[in-house]
Amino acid sequence: MQAFSRRLDYLFRSTRGLTLVAIATVSIITAIFGTLSGPMVEWGIRDITVNGLGMDLLEAEREGRIIMLYHTIAMTILAIEVYFMTEILPMKRHEQVIINGTITVGYLTAVIFGLLFSYWGHNFTYHGLFLVGQSLVFFAGILLMVALSPWKKEYRLEKDSPYAHTKGGVDMERMAFFVMAIAALISASFGAVTGSFWSNGHETFLGEDLIRVAHKTLLQKAIIGHLHIMLTLVAVGITLIVGHWMKFKGILHKIAMPTMVLGIIGTTFGALSVVWLEWAHNIIYVGSTFIMLAALFYVIYTWDALIKEGTAGIKKPNFFQKMGALLKDPLKFGPGWQMVFMNFTVSGVGIFLAIKLEEIFRVWPHREERITLTGHWHILAALIATIILMYFADLSGLKGKVRKWFGWLLIIMSDIAFASATIFSMKRLFVDETNQQGIVNTLMLLMDLGLGIILIVLAIFLIWRLYDLFQERGYWFKEFSTEKKLSAEAEIIEQKLKLEELNAILKEVSK
Amino acid sequence: MKRALFILSLITLTIGACAPAPNIGAITPPYIDPGVDPESWAVIPAGEFPHGQHDHMTTVDYDYEMMVTDVTNEQYARFLNEAITDGTVHVGEVDVEAGEQAWMVEGAYGSYPGDPFDGYKHEEEIKAGDKLYVPTQAEGLRLTEAAGVFSSIPEYANHPMTMVTWFGANSYCNYYGWRLPSEIEWEKAARGTEFASGYGYPFPWGEHIERNNANYYSSSDLFEKMYGKLGNTTPVGFFNGKTYDGYETLDSASPYGLYDMAGNVWQWTGDDYPDQHYRYMRGGSFFTYEVDLRVWKNNSAGPQYFSPAVGFRCAR
Repeated sequence: MQAFSRRLDYLFRSTRGLTLVAIATVSIITAIFGTLSGPMVEWGIRDITVNGLGMDLLEAEREGRIIMLYHTIAMTILAIEVYFMTEILPMKRHEQVIINGTITVGYLTAVIFGLLFSYWGHNFTYHGLFLVGQSLVFFAGILLMVALSPWKKEYRLEKDSPYAHTKGGVDMERMAFFVMAIAALISASFGAVTGSFWSNGHETFLGEDLIRVAHKTLLQKAIIGHLHIMLTLVAVGITLIVGHWMKFKGILHKIAMPTMVLGIIGTTFGALSVVWLEWAHNIIYVGSTFIMLAALFYVIYTWDALIKEGTAGIKKPNFFQKMGALLKDPLKFGPGWQMVFMNFTVSGVGIFLAIKLEEIFRVWPHREERITLTGHWHILAALIATIILMYFADLSGLKGKVRKWFGWLLIIMSDIAFASATIFSMKRLFVDETNQQGIVNTLMLLMDLGLGIILIVLAIFLIWRLYDLFQERGYWFKEFSTEKKLSAEAEIIEQKLKLEELNAILKEVSK
Repeated sequence: MKRALFILSLITLTIGACAPAPNIGAITPPYIDPGVDPESWAVIPAGEFPHGQHDHMTTVDYDYEMMVTDVTNEQYARFLNEAITDGTVHVGEVDVEAGEQAWMVEGAYGSYPGDPFDGYKHEEEIKAGDKLYVPTQAEGLRLTEAAGVFSSIPEYANHPMTMVTWFGANSYCNYYGWRLPSEIEWEKAARGTEFASGYGYPFPWGEHIERNNANYYSSSDLFEKMYGKLGNTTPVGFFNGKTYDGYETLDSASPYGLYDMAGNVWQWTGDDYPDQHYRYMRGGSFFTYEVDLRVWKNNSAGPQYFSPAVGFRCAR
């Protein structure tokens, strides 16, 4: 019994354990609900899932179900990013505990009852609890925002710090996290308020189905703004997290962080102002350029750092030695590479289509346009997921060949899948419908292969973590002990400071 | 060794998938008589019906008729020949315009009076002039043309007419004094007025879809055995409860007796909405997953668009 409670303690009271539970939650959701569409339908797997789990699926409710599913996954991903943030950013121990506790109860409630409501019959008690869960996640966001306040004295940086800061010592990286948290809170409210006010949440629609509606309602515009900015902010969040992990600093950091702050503000305002501004897209273009510039600086810095670190013993390293150093550790090379790759599969496609608007989208059928739209954001979401996994795999202490296999399979297989999906979405440029079968078969196979292997790799990783939990002194024990030690040390420092503060008060009063 | 095996398996799988796939223009299917008369019409009575995904009760305050099946290749070839004879349709090169772009296409064409142009964002002007009906040189056309006379490929005679632009579909209906149905007329004809599990019918025959209800992507119908899972068109009215070569179909008529209102080919509808140039299609096709077969789903394209997965039927 004690052994069980110690594991539970690890899983629900340590940051690493909580992250592991959240990653497992997303994996289970993906494994089950991924069988309800695409090739899984063709292979008859959907029927097995639906009948086996007793799901109650009505055709008219499909879009609503998908929206609920996206939200449950989004809540879990937000929780993972919040766990990472509360672990890496200095804050008080009680703040970390309250934020993590609130968001954990929140996302689990949202996931359980959201999915029950959407896939197992419309019991509105479940819907109410889904909203309670989301509200708790939102409340955790408010707590996080307060904890992240960059103006607090104790979090200011020294004047000669290599990290971006203001003249007064305000940490600009912390500022970027803080602004991102505020932007996410505003954008979440925007989605919640408009959704409730204009449609009472019942007349569901998917953004990609509206693209050719000439006169969109305010609700439709608001929801389109909301979904775009939320995904962007999740991407910003993980970029900042891996930046911190890779010890991003120096002159590029000093340029990147203010650029990121401006980018977050601009893009958020642009995405939300879609509702009332005809030219909101121009603001989005400017804002996202700032964000992408900041990400570019991160890539330049980290790749340069990897090369320098890997060639430290060589006087004049040649090109191949530099490349060898860069590619030595896929988990550290990967996040930057995935960001570069994103420009080909997401941003590049968007820009290309915008330039070719007259020749493509005004002639192509809506269905082709819809494939491109859903493709580009699915790819972005999945790229973010791979970066999260790379970071967590590093935290989990993967070493040696296992680290290399895990990292490279994640990079290569995801890139094969996403490149294939991009070509699939653009196929009408080079093959007509009559002759598309060959290329469609090949691309579908490559997509399935890439995604399938990623899921297998992830499953192996999670099975290993599960197996490890059964070990008396497994990796979980080390993680938990380290975290407890660090927490205790931080707590002692906090208590000492508090003691000094109280003594000072007593001294002042006794004068 | 293990690495080499892994890479080899990857290459084998990829090359295997790249093997030449049958293309839908290259194989001729056997002639199949579907047993539904393509010349027949069904009456849709006036009244209200649940419209759209969220079942907004909408009234169509007049009776109208719609073709029981899509217009077939044979019917369209007959129209072209009649219209060429009386000078309404011509064969030759014609300009196809899309915004500032224009290109020449060889095909059957006729005149169109143009659309009202509102100059709205992303709207393109559809000017008066000659418009392409069907491209005669494009792969996938089930008609042959010799010296200005069109014939349907015999095996495809009762398959839906495809590779036809909105102009070509509109012209066919107008030529006989009919019209393309509006989206609302189309939807009412497809789903009727009944409810199941609290919702209007999502499919013409009711609440659920089986693989042998309709021709859609990877539905494993008879023609997918020949062409792969992308399949091909099926004869109009094919899903009528008969068994063909061991393949059992379900009778999938709409409440008013219309066939192929889900799957087989998208169907052009007649609406020209203000502030846009797009024309809308309904019904899904053999190229699309079953979600696009739900009666409220639509697709759209410029009126100059043609495809092996788009056809039409008329209303009057």
